[in-house]
Amino acid sequence: MEHQDNKISLRKLDFYYGRNHALKDINLDILSNQVTAFIGPSGCGKSTLLRTLNRMYDLYPGQRAEGQILLDGVNILDRKTDLNMLRARVGMVFQKPTPFPMSIFDNIAFGIKLYESISRSELADRVEWALKKAALWNEVKDKLNNSGLSLSGGQQQRLCIARCIAVKPEVILLDEPTSALDPISTARIEELINELKNDFTITIVTHSMQQAARVSDFTAYMYLGEMMEYGRTDVIFTNPTKKETEDYITGKFG
Amino acid sequence: MLSRYQRRRIVNGINLMVSLITMILGLGALCWILFTLLRFGLHGLSLKLFTESTPPPGSSGGLLNAIYGSVIMSLAGTAIGAPIGIMAGTYLSEFGQRGLLAPVTRFINDVLLSAPSIVIGLFVYEVYVTTTHHFSGWAGTLALALLVIPVVVRTTEDMLRLVPNTMREAAAALGAPRWKVVAAVIWKASRAGMVTGIMLAFARITGETAPLLFTALNNQFMSTNMNHPMSNLPVVIFQMAMSPYDDWHDLAWAGALLITTTVLVMSILARMLFKKEQSDN
Repeated sequence: MEHQDNKISLRKLDFYYGRNHALKDINLDILSNQVTAFIGPSGCGKSTLLRTLNRMYDLYPGQRAEGQILLDGVNILDRKTDLNMLRARVGMVFQKPTPFPMSIFDNIAFGIKLYESISRSELADRVEWALKKAALWNEVKDKLNNSGLSLSGGQQQRLCIARCIAVKPEVILLDEPTSALDPISTARIEELINELKNDFTITIVTHSMQQAARVSDFTAYMYLGEMMEYGRTDVIFTNPTKKETEDYITGKFG
Repeated sequence: MLSRYQRRRIVNGINLMVSLITMILGLGALCWILFTLLRFGLHGLSLKLFTESTPPPGSSGGLLNAIYGSVIMSLAGTAIGAPIGIMAGTYLSEFGQRGLLAPVTRFINDVLLSAPSIVIGLFVYEVYVTTTHHFSGWAGTLALALLVIPVVVRTTEDMLRLVPNTMREAAAALGAPRWKVVAAVIWKASRAGMVTGIMLAFARITGETAPLLFTALNNQFMSTNMNHPMSNLPVVIFQMAMSPYDDWHDLAWAGALLITTTVLVMSILARMLFKKEQSDN
């Protein structure tokens, strides 16, 4: 563990929805090319924490974060941070699939064309690469011009993952990516997460403890806006140091 | 003593009856209007309607100048008003979360939406016609554009608000700047609704008489010069219907039928378009 790099480091992070103090003094290191899961009961702040990592909260007035979030050592909470560049580096996939109302090809090309001016054939190659990475290529290769909305829920979510990968981010944030999907689609996406961690640093919020145990290398247990316990997933799930963590994991609570 | 259940059934039946009767009354009035229009209007329909200009009393003619004027002024009015309305509506929905500008604009827009159209006509008369010293097609266009704006602002804002926030977040999460999120994703997602709003605004102004009375006025002859007074269907209908001549009455009925049919077809098209896009999504 000591030879691995910190991709993201949170230092004394506090977050507020207006006057509501939603995250309290969070300190956390997210390692490169590892899957880190945030678990905890509803309202504990795990999604809020995820949304600070690409400053998605900035879209809404009245939400603010204090402290430091270091991405490769640079504080992204700094005023000078270019939010669009940040979000190109830190991609996000949401709870519900969010395909854009355009063709499958254009869905993927949208993000690429924002930052790169590449030829049509290069673009087509990149779209194919992203769809293959997201394990969707075989299902859609003959209908790239169909609307993204014509796909099934599980396919739509993989489309969103492909769209995210296509921009070649460094970090991928997954906000309960399988909670709207059936078990088969869920299994496919979990396999995918396992493969993607070779190329990306992945952070996932999940309601399912089994999912956290299956896909993650590190787990953070959160409760009421505080980080209760953080460590290797196998340790957290077999030998947690805190009683609260154990109660949640064993189902006595939450 | 009736049981609670029986009483509920009876109340339910009465309510159903009342709503049915009011529906029949409303629909009946509409059908009556359409039927009357068809009865008197069909009589006046002929090819000459579209090839000849409005005649002096006693001789034959058509409505070419009025149809031309109406189409041109309505199109130009929509072309001027719709982009302004779309941009303003987009601001209200997408960019105006902070500060007072958006709430104030929204309030004024609602006032404008319900302002009597004759007031708009008088306004344009005062600021445009009195400064240029003549009635003109442009003045009429301006008045119609002012009527289009609040309708389009409202429909655009409403339609954009129907787009879920997750769509905005998803686009922003790819690193897309705000304007790109709106232009490439949000507008696309609500395209059908926005186009419907514009078509409904167009349908509304084709039938407006009051704002044209003081602005475009009328013109006995075919004129394509927008700087001159311009004939248009609503005002022609108004003048011909008030005249004592039978052949003018026929023309007025035919014109009324034309306008109503156009508005009806536009509304149906707008609805069909909206439905189709909704089911495509």
